[in-house]
Amino acid sequence: MRFRAKIVDLACLNHFSRIINTIAKLAKTCILRLTVCKLYFILSDKVANGGASMWCELSQGNFFDEFQMEGVAAEHNEIYLELVPENLSRALKTAQNAKAVKIKLTNKHCPCLSVAVELPSLSSSSRIVTHDIPVGVIPRRMWNDFREPSVPDFDVSIYLPALKTMKSVVERMKNLSNFIVIEANLSGEMNLKIETDLVSVTTHFKDLGNPPWASEDGCQSSAQDRDLESMAEACIDIKKLQQLLAGQQVNPTKALCNIVRKRIVHFILLHEEVSLQYFIPAVA
Amino acid sequence: LSRIGDELYLEPTESGLSLRAVNSSRSAFASFLFAPLFFQLYEPGSAGPDTELFRCKVHMKSFLGIFRSLPSLEKSVGKCLILLKPRANRLVLQLHCKYGVTKTHNLAFQECERLQAVFDTQRCASRLCAPARVLAEAVVHFPLTLAEVTLGTCPGGKISLRNYVEEEAEPSKTMVTELWLAEDEFQSVAVAPGSHITFCLKEFRGLLSFAEASNLPLTIHFDEPGRPVIFTLDDTVLEVHLVLATLSDLESNSQSPSTNGVSHLPAPSDDFPDDLESYMVAMETSEGGLEGPHSPTFPLRIPRPADCEPEEEEE
Repeated sequence: MRFRAKIVDLACLNHFSRIINTIAKLAKTCILRLTVCKLYFILSDKVANGGASMWCELSQGNFFDEFQMEGVAAEHNEIYLELVPENLSRALKTAQNAKAVKIKLTNKHCPCLSVAVELPSLSSSSRIVTHDIPVGVIPRRMWNDFREPSVPDFDVSIYLPALKTMKSVVERMKNLSNFIVIEANLSGEMNLKIETDLVSVTTHFKDLGNPPWASEDGCQSSAQDRDLESMAEACIDIKKLQQLLAGQQVNPTKALCNIVRKRIVHFILLHEEVSLQYFIPAVA
Repeated sequence: LSRIGDELYLEPTESGLSLRAVNSSRSAFASFLFAPLFFQLYEPGSAGPDTELFRCKVHMKSFLGIFRSLPSLEKSVGKCLILLKPRANRLVLQLHCKYGVTKTHNLAFQECERLQAVFDTQRCASRLCAPARVLAEAVVHFPLTLAEVTLGTCPGGKISLRNYVEEEAEPSKTMVTELWLAEDEFQSVAVAPGSHITFCLKEFRGLLSFAEASNLPLTIHFDEPGRPVIFTLDDTVLEVHLVLATLSDLESNSQSPSTNGVSHLPAPSDDFPDDLESYMVAMETSEGGLEGPHSPTFPLRIPRPADCEPEEEEE
């Protein structure tokens, strides 16, 4: 099992760092899955995460100048590692003007992702900083725990309002309540509501637009029959929503959410080179 | 000085005014000696045959509070007078400002013994001198919360800085960061090969930001682990010393060299495309067998049975 990759282009490096920073804000520990073509950051919906789960996928070719990977076995040419994304974020933070960054899977006192950063210096040789980030190797028998979650059978799918606006609304609401209700309908309207003993606040968004999902037999075809005005709502932990919004460092190309009434809210944020899905379960 | 201790010691001497501080565990000491020429007027007072020049200490916060906002001080203050009369019970700080305004601060003080750390830079086996900027750029790669850092000299002549991992910390959970500086980044290098010391980063950062602001080169004098490390800054009117205790090998003996202490691995080579490559190859291949002399101060690393899934990474 081996992995080595190299980034030389500064723009790619900065972009990659921003993605890691976003992941670090969403999960204290997560799984990094490496395949020949892609990297995935996965958080599975264990109770410890408050039930939230995450699936982030990027094509390695968009970031790395070199990328070589050999999985555990030929038929299972993948590597699953458990790591603390904050460590990776820290390692990349001071590499902003690096000449090159190499990432390698090594085995020192324990399995590590070693990040070696070559920095410019006034002397004849470059400065080198290495960061050894301890990782846990996930054995193959556990890989099934980290499969890509399927898109739930949602009641409403709607594009999100400008994330910056949504973030400032949610941040203020967070001071008043621990839970927030997201509701939306198929007419492009969304409300964010909080309600406590003392106060209730609702912010209304309209003209958001609803993404067209390809209709499949059975599920979505009844969309025509559904009342376009009726709201589907879910009450979720406001902190999780705030973390998701606060972690976005760049505006996504597309941002939408799928709501399963009283069950789960599924957020999809798409950028040119990376897609992020975040599932927040509804509280009882 | 406020990063070190809560009390500011003022010691006037014939060679200038010395401001000093020490931390509560007595593991850090700093002194700033301002030569008489630094001042418009300097009168240390008279010392009789039986009496020494008067010394006192004041609360750091009280003293700092007077100089709180540097930008506005620079704009409004013309002169600052520091006055201590032996029989007075207050240290007087007077700021003479624009428009005839005078602000007088009277600080309570305590008489005190001479505060002096025992050190001698001449007795240090190793010395490094570098522009403050180089060291500041090196230290930026370590988190602000990091307590201690290990400075070491590598076989290839490079100088390394590595975060110190405490005994109690679990090695499989702790990130290790190491940085190498080439000899020619330093203004002078006179070090005993294979030497290393571990000291507290927090106090060092404080001195580093002062050095950067004053654009002065910083000299590091060190010896064996356990003996203090001395950082000095020199200019015509100011002499600064920061003395920090270092971890002795006795305390670090039980640790394996891979989690603490200098890396006995070759520093990265100088060929550009192979810089990282050969270094990382060496990192991996040296895991099983040690190369170079065994350090007399660290126990041999005992290879652990493979208790985790992957085999040794090959290259």
